[in-house]
Amino acid sequence: MRILGGGLRALRRDYQLWIMIAPAIAAVLIFNYIPMYGIQLAFKDFDFAKGLTGGAWRGVDYFKQFIDSYLFTDLMRNTFLISLATIIVGFPAPIILALILNQIRRKRFKNVMQTTVYLPHFISIIVLVGMMNVLMSPETGVIGYMMKGLGLGHINLIASTNTFIPVYVLSDIWQHCGWNSIIYLAALSTVDPQLYDSAKIDGAGRMKMIRYVDLPALVPTIIILFILSMGNILSTGFEKIFLMQNSLNLPVSEVIATYVYKIGIISNQFSYASAIGLFNTLINFVFLFAMNAASKKMSNTSLY
Amino acid sequence: MTLKGMGGKELAFHILLYSLCAVIFLVIMYPLYFIVIASFSDSTLVSTGKVLLFPKGSSLFGYKEIFQDSRVWTGYRNTLFYTLFGTLVNMLFTMPAAYVLSRKEFKARRPIMFLFVVTMFFNGGLIPTYLLMKDLHITNTFWVFILPFCVNIFYLIIARTFFETALPAELHEAAVMDGCSHFMFFAKVALPLSKALISVIGLYYLVGHWNDFFTGLIYIRDNNLQPLQIVLRDILLSNQVFQNGAGTGGGAASGGYAQRYADQIKYGVIIVSSLPILMLYPFLQKYFEKGVMIGSVKG
Repeated sequence: MRILGGGLRALRRDYQLWIMIAPAIAAVLIFNYIPMYGIQLAFKDFDFAKGLTGGAWRGVDYFKQFIDSYLFTDLMRNTFLISLATIIVGFPAPIILALILNQIRRKRFKNVMQTTVYLPHFISIIVLVGMMNVLMSPETGVIGYMMKGLGLGHINLIASTNTFIPVYVLSDIWQHCGWNSIIYLAALSTVDPQLYDSAKIDGAGRMKMIRYVDLPALVPTIIILFILSMGNILSTGFEKIFLMQNSLNLPVSEVIATYVYKIGIISNQFSYASAIGLFNTLINFVFLFAMNAASKKMSNTSLY
Repeated sequence: MTLKGMGGKELAFHILLYSLCAVIFLVIMYPLYFIVIASFSDSTLVSTGKVLLFPKGSSLFGYKEIFQDSRVWTGYRNTLFYTLFGTLVNMLFTMPAAYVLSRKEFKARRPIMFLFVVTMFFNGGLIPTYLLMKDLHITNTFWVFILPFCVNIFYLIIARTFFETALPAELHEAAVMDGCSHFMFFAKVALPLSKALISVIGLYYLVGHWNDFFTGLIYIRDNNLQPLQIVLRDILLSNQVFQNGAGTGGGAASGGYAQRYADQIKYGVIIVSSLPILMLYPFLQKYFEKGVMIGSVKG
């Protein structure tokens, strides 16, 4: 009785709070949790009359179908390669950029540089890919002309299997490197200035200070962000790859996410597409946990 | 700092630093600058590589075509509506919830927070989400741009963290003494104190809506409901540059007359579609950055 009374009193006291948070809870339950329940479709036949609930149980048939399909190795290889390249080249870039920007002492100049490097982040993916297409066109694009000028010949950067990954990764760095450097700049701004002074007294130059003061200050942030990016190893961004795809680069640009879209939304094979999506998510989790465990052992830094 | 009185090493470091900055600046700004000058230069000179540093000739053909293209203006109108209405709904759902979660005396805040944070790591994936929208009958309506995922958990956490630090417990106690309810405290004290936060979160949402093309791609079949980004995709990527169908099927690699004009329209449409965001940007840049900073305090 006392507990119930206390609960009622708390409810009377907090009812306004409940009203304020109810819409958010409802939205999250409907749009985030109901689809999670829909994951079971991966193990069932799809029934148009029943929608998300699904029809007869099929067990892991759809997973087997995916693993046995002739596209499986290609999809896995493409997805891994694109993610791996993005991480290897794209991960260190914002760290280096932050270290460079942090060296600028003139405030106004630093502001101009920061404004510049954050800017591409706000361009939409469509516009970015559209820009790439017109600028890199071998006949009429300015980058096409520059390459001819440098004697690199007549390469169609946007429609070649060899250049797809470099173009994807470099344009990604162009767009997001600046924005991603903000978090490192924030970490650098918390470095105790006394450390620089004592490094100076010890005779350290600017390069030495970057190496022995700035970089160590970034290590915890680097580790956390690295673990998180490893957890996304198979979730290459759907949108940009989808927009960059053309019939010529498809052998290297078809990834799991674009395949799920084509199988599910275009061909309406909902159960099969759900199974492929779930397979993708599971591999991401394995990587996330493995990286987290490794980092816990080596550096005592962990997500949880 | 002057260049005099620097040691040789320090001077070398300065030269290296400023040349690196110059390279970074050019790599980012040149493509954008080129699009601008190419959009109103003579299209023949652009397509033969004669326009590199300064605009040459002048032709407003691209912009004229764009202004006559009803697809672009329908898209613009739709996107404007989705962006403004969508952001309003986002804020109405996010800000009160963030305030509630910042109240220490609210007992349910931990379980609710957990419920929310889980969704940052798990989701149903594309297909179940798509089927849900179909079951809710909001595909092919404007609601699909407004309601789904109207609470971004990351922004919610930023807002909650802000309220926790910006509204000290004493302030709330004093207000309660005066008989102030949570509704009043939120509307009369919390919101006026968080203008910077509201601009940050609002702008994050705004840019998200403006640049969203995924929703239109997946859920919308009706051309009259398509947002600007989908129209852009038709023009920029599917090469359906001319509304009457000329130039379609040319393919990005084909040269020739139609392609030259098509490219000029593409340069123009990039400018026209990005202008609103890019004009806001310099004024709001410091807010965007602040948002990341607030968020990183308690990631």
